[in-house]
Amino acid sequence: MSTQTSLKTSEKPLGRDELAQLVARDIVPGSFVNLGIGQPTLVSNYLTEEQNITLHTENGMLGMGPAAEGDEIDGDLINAGKIPVTELPGASYFHHADSFAIMRGGHLDICVLGAFQVSATGDLANWHTGAPDAIPAVGGAMDLATGAKDVFVMMTLLTREGVSKLVEQCTYPLTGVGCVTRVYTDKAVFLTGPDGVTVRETFGCTFDEIQELVPLPLKAGA
Amino acid sequence: MLNFIDTVGEAVAGIKDGSTVMIGGFGNAGQPFELIDALMDCGAKDLTVVNNNAGQGDQGLALLIKEGRVRKMICSFPRQSDSWHFDAKFHAGEIELELVPQGNLAERIRAAGAGIGGFFTPTGYGTTLAEGKETRIIDGRGQVFETPIHADVALIKALKADGNGNLVYRKTARNFGPIMAAAAKHTIVQVSEIVPTGSLDPENVVTPGIYVNSVVRVDSAGTKEKVA
Repeated sequence: MSTQTSLKTSEKPLGRDELAQLVARDIVPGSFVNLGIGQPTLVSNYLTEEQNITLHTENGMLGMGPAAEGDEIDGDLINAGKIPVTELPGASYFHHADSFAIMRGGHLDICVLGAFQVSATGDLANWHTGAPDAIPAVGGAMDLATGAKDVFVMMTLLTREGVSKLVEQCTYPLTGVGCVTRVYTDKAVFLTGPDGVTVRETFGCTFDEIQELVPLPLKAGA
Repeated sequence: MLNFIDTVGEAVAGIKDGSTVMIGGFGNAGQPFELIDALMDCGAKDLTVVNNNAGQGDQGLALLIKEGRVRKMICSFPRQSDSWHFDAKFHAGEIELELVPQGNLAERIRAAGAGIGGFFTPTGYGTTLAEGKETRIIDGRGQVFETPIHADVALIKALKADGNGNLVYRKTARNFGPIMAAAAKHTIVQVSEIVPTGSLDPENVVTPGIYVNSVVRVDSAGTKEKVA
């Protein structure tokens, strides 16, 4: 599998916004989606009206609109990142247990999360570095990871030290077991599942170069 | 029994040392700042506090923690950029932390209000937060046994109460209010407005008055609720 002409390959690695655009394009029209705090929030900038996506924010709302500006800012209307947001026509509010039942009950189609590490079998580590003096904080990460039908991860493939975050087994404390279905990185998109890890497309490098970087056997897929 | 009370000080006067106190709010939305300030003034100590976070900045819950009045926090997300009072107490070993995934926190509070003795959930299975807890495989999925969180008192914020204590909330400020109101033995609500009984549409009541014990009207600054 040294030459994979079937893989789409762009000239360069993707920037954060290009990656967000790619994730947005991959979201099936009509989906109910939760975008995690940080990089995943960028995805909302690229969702189109035609896609008719309903955004969920776990503090208690469906039909969340863009960030509030100027006179729109209202202290009672915030997202999970505690950023003032707006409501779209058809929005709904509900209490916290109902909001988490939306995730935990399997009603949410997709959540997009950041990650420290993802394992070959889709284990996710994104809440705690495990450092002994760090104050642990988990929020809704475990509920999202465990409850959403599809869990997409957005991250750089490599740490600052150049080590792959896609790993055989996570060394950081787990957020969820076998929950990640896709990993969007600056260098490639990976599909994870019980059959192993498939590279869907690469950016600025070849399949073989990706395989060099990632310490687990990869398959090439279209 | 339902009481309408004139001041936040009188409303919290009965809170005893060693109580478990649920405090509503997610970030600043729905946080009953005036009731928390009154709890600060009333001197109750050795408290176990249930809240999503562990205080922010130099106000509200953060000050209770700073003053050493909180023995234990039950929360999902204590660490924030401005949680310096909690951080200091935690590193000094002066506060206990029970860290709970946010959905488990909400469901454990709900369970308490609904008389449920515990439940199994996949959230947290296989993680360090499930260590020491009973697990089962149910429908092919690993699940963890979680128990209800009861409280002596809940301090919450709503938009309006009617004469029967029925409550409506405003936007995402609703968050923990309805489930905490049901989970606590004594629920104290601060509202912006008390309206005549019969003026709330029964179809739109979010928290029925049966869950409410004390109502106090507070002019809340900083939100747009007056113009809505």
